[in-house]
Amino acid sequence: MTGADISSYPESPAVAGASVLEVDDLHVEFRTRENVVNAVNGVSYTVSRGETLAILGESGSGKSVSAQAIMGILDTPPAVITGGGLLFEGRDLLTMSDEERRRVRGPGISMIFQDALSSLNPVYSVGFQIGEMFRAHRGVSRKEAKQRAVELMDRVRIPAAAQRVNDYPHQFSGGMRQRVMIAMAIALDPKILIADEPTTALDVTVQAQVMDLLKDLQRETGMGLVLITHDLGVVNEVADRVAVMYAGKIVETGTVDDVFTRPGHPYTFGLMNSIPQVEAKGGRLKPIVGQPPNLAAIPSGCPFHPRCPRRRTGAEAAPGLDCITDVPPLRIVEIGREAACHYSEEVLHA
Amino acid sequence: MTDQQQADLRHDEVEAGTTTGLAAPSVDVTDARQNSLWSDAWGELKRNPLFWIGSLLGLMFLLMALVPQVFARGADPRACDLANSKLKPSAEHWFGFDQQGCDYLANVVYGARNSLIIGGLAVIVILVLGVFVGALSGFFGGLVDSLLSRITDIFYALPLILGALVILRTGLLGRGVVAVAIALAAFGWMTAMRLVRSQVIAVKSSDYVAAARAMGASNHRILVRHILPNAVAPVLVYTTITIGVLIAAEATLTFLGVGLQRPAISWGLQIENGQSLLRTAPHLVFFPSIILTLTVMAFIMMGDALRDALDPRQRS
Repeated sequence: MTGADISSYPESPAVAGASVLEVDDLHVEFRTRENVVNAVNGVSYTVSRGETLAILGESGSGKSVSAQAIMGILDTPPAVITGGGLLFEGRDLLTMSDEERRRVRGPGISMIFQDALSSLNPVYSVGFQIGEMFRAHRGVSRKEAKQRAVELMDRVRIPAAAQRVNDYPHQFSGGMRQRVMIAMAIALDPKILIADEPTTALDVTVQAQVMDLLKDLQRETGMGLVLITHDLGVVNEVADRVAVMYAGKIVETGTVDDVFTRPGHPYTFGLMNSIPQVEAKGGRLKPIVGQPPNLAAIPSGCPFHPRCPRRRTGAEAAPGLDCITDVPPLRIVEIGREAACHYSEEVLHA
Repeated sequence: MTDQQQADLRHDEVEAGTTTGLAAPSVDVTDARQNSLWSDAWGELKRNPLFWIGSLLGLMFLLMALVPQVFARGADPRACDLANSKLKPSAEHWFGFDQQGCDYLANVVYGARNSLIIGGLAVIVILVLGVFVGALSGFFGGLVDSLLSRITDIFYALPLILGALVILRTGLLGRGVVAVAIALAAFGWMTAMRLVRSQVIAVKSSDYVAAARAMGASNHRILVRHILPNAVAPVLVYTTITIGVLIAAEATLTFLGVGLQRPAISWGLQIENGQSLLRTAPHLVFFPSIILTLTVMAFIMMGDALRDALDPRQRS
């Protein structure tokens, strides 16, 4: 558990300590005939009212799977939640009945997806689909649902909402589709909105508009936002705190400013170094060497050790801190910061 | 914006549809449009000439089946006079007379009833069986799916006409209208099942079902709102077209001598009787064939129009 709320983003109306969503040591694995893939291996975080937590990680780091586990939309089987707890407003989502859980989805926790086109049903008009949220959860009439759909489309700044309410998803541009998706997700004023790579499929200018919209909506409603992304720029712009994931684990958390300016884990350090720099124009990019780990065979000790330039093993390592044999726990390395590296202090002061 | 252009285009299309006079009394389509799959599909159908031609023909044959007296111009199909045997069409008797000297127009008109009943009955059985077995198979998957799919394959092994022929030859069901319909349905439901099954599987794992679930839609709602409409639309199109095919198959079975029997009146029987007299009285084959073709075409046209209407992506 990450303990007290440490959000310090000046614009955010976060209330200290009022964590709405608590993820505690979540484990998810996929069991196939051939092997077991450990997609999430002990992820913990909290999200407070009005706070934006970015979950940053490369493909296959378990960031989307952990979100799907929170939503309860994992395909089981093959996916199995093998441990941990999910608390929403103090209630454990994992012990709830299916019906109780369903009622949390929508008004409690809601989610937007990466590809808005495939996430919208092609045979219904967007107004109908937005209106469905009210019809499914509030039982309002068809007419009222449509009216509210128009209001929501206005709210997510879709131009000429009243005229476009009867249009179909394929008649919208990518950015507008994502707005429709956002309208559906915020229809019931969720306490938590999980955005799974909401801007990955969009071009850069539209990305900025969509992120601005999400930020504005958050200010209006005070919802907590979990932003899953691999885009460092997006994280830097909108998030209060960031949790960096690697091989199904959180390897570092802290405020965005801290983590971005002074990483405490060699993986984060590598990520920051890999960002193209304007000053270094014409030079070579500095990638993190090696490949992301195979989740069916995660390396022993620190999962990052095969790629880590600071790896210490054998005689080099301090007792009990051998990167190849000893698993580094996620520990507090500075006030409000945690990292899962035996030698985090060295990275911090590098 | 391209979006706006598309919207405008769409609007133009609406305008065009109403001005050609094909659409029913000018409703203000842009405003009064209800936004559900079926009402939008209807709005689209109204603008499709194919649908109007098909349904007008279909309606005509339906009326023919319901009140044949009106279409037979007062003639009784069973009131025959051998003196009139094989007379050519005339102003008085549009389709001429058959070998027994019966008014041929009356015979062809009275044949519509059996054809439509057989086509309709068989298609209802096909629809129910196909949707039910296909939905079970696709929704549950695994062992249930394997079992049901193999059973379907067994039926696939026998072609429609051959399968129906075998059933009717056993004589267990008799040779009436219901027997022919059942025989045709028994070997005609497999494609409907396959269609529903594949649709259910595709929709079940689609992103929009995951999204709907993430936003708190219940299983019931997902089934009714997402899986069924997407699964039923193609099979509805298929069955509309199939009515035509079944009517033709009935005529084929009857022609082959295993379908309806005299004194029943049917296009198949008329074509069968006429074929031996093709040289001397070609009109005996010509008229029932033309009517049969028109009926089959009517249903195929309606099916085509329905397919376009039910897929919003096909609308420009």
